Amino acid sequence: MGSGSSPCASCKLLRRRCAKDCIFAPYFPPDDPHKFAIVHKVFGASNVSKMLQELPVHQRADAVSSLVYEANARMRDPVYGCVGAISYLQNQVSQLQMQLAVAQAEILCIQMQQEPELPTTHHPTMVDCDAKSLLLSGSNTSDFSDQMPQFLSYTSSNNNVIQDPLKRESLWT
Amino acid sequence: MSSTRCAVCKYFRRRCPSDCVFAPCFPPDNPQRFTCVHRIYGASNIGKMLEELPMHLRVDAVDSLYYEAKWRIQEPVYGCVGIISSLHRQIHIAQTQLAKARAETAFLRANVVAAKTMPSSGEFMAQQNSIDNGLDDQSNPWFY
Repeated sequence: MGSGSSPCASCKLLRRRCAKDCIFAPYFPPDDPHKFAIVHKVFGASNVSKMLQELPVHQRADAVSSLVYEANARMRDPVYGCVGAISYLQNQVSQLQMQLAVAQAEILCIQMQQEPELPTTHHPTMVDCDAKSLLLSGSNTSDFSDQMPQFLSYTSSNNNVIQDPLKRESLWT
Repeated sequence: MSSTRCAVCKYFRRRCPSDCVFAPCFPPDNPQRFTCVHRIYGASNIGKMLEELPMHLRVDAVDSLYYEAKWRIQEPVYGCVGIISSLHRQIHIAQTQLAKARAETAFLRANVVAAKTMPSSGEFMAQQNSIDNGLDDQSNPWFY
């Protein structure tokens, strides 16, 4: 607010005067009341205010966007929230990696079958290889086991991940 | 009143009733679990969320709230959303690589079929090999 115009969405919902330096005003415009309502329902206005106050101004917009995203995820799935989405996406990554390994093994297989004039005394499995046997002989299949260890390891290995900037266009839809 | 207060009632220094909504989800031996979620969500919001859920799902709900709260404390700007963003990127990269690998497989298979259907493919390969081997030989007419 600040200019005497309509109060921000948070002050409207909380039914209070919207001060010039209202911490919510830049991020919760009055034309989108749902945005603040959902964040308030999950986190509470007071907690959001504390979180924003602890951040430098240039990071608050991204923080609000991520809080809105989390709040929406929690409303859609009250039991698992974002954690459910992470688990699902990790599963997708694992499946794709497995498919990629199979495809790469197939390529290797075809290339080996095209090797010119292998000696007849050569190991028969080199000629009769198939993608699966090549994959299982060379790869570590334990990479595709239980999802939970990968999920839990995020708390210790996520530093590099979190440093990457968030692409708004890919996420805030 | 339960003989041992749950972590929430201990934190607030109050009696823990027998029907305390927090007690099954916040055992007294893990006070950090509650302080973490309380810092991000607030006890009142957690209580409301739990009351809206069936009993058998409440522990799972608190587990996920705890993980999200931990991530938010570690990374105050993006929380666990940063991880979601990273996973989306990984999926995109893996899909691109998979499409590329499948295209290469199709191409190689097509080449195999083409090689098998060509007449005198053995002669052709022999000529090809001699050309390749002779490229460095200045006396070879193919050398230029």
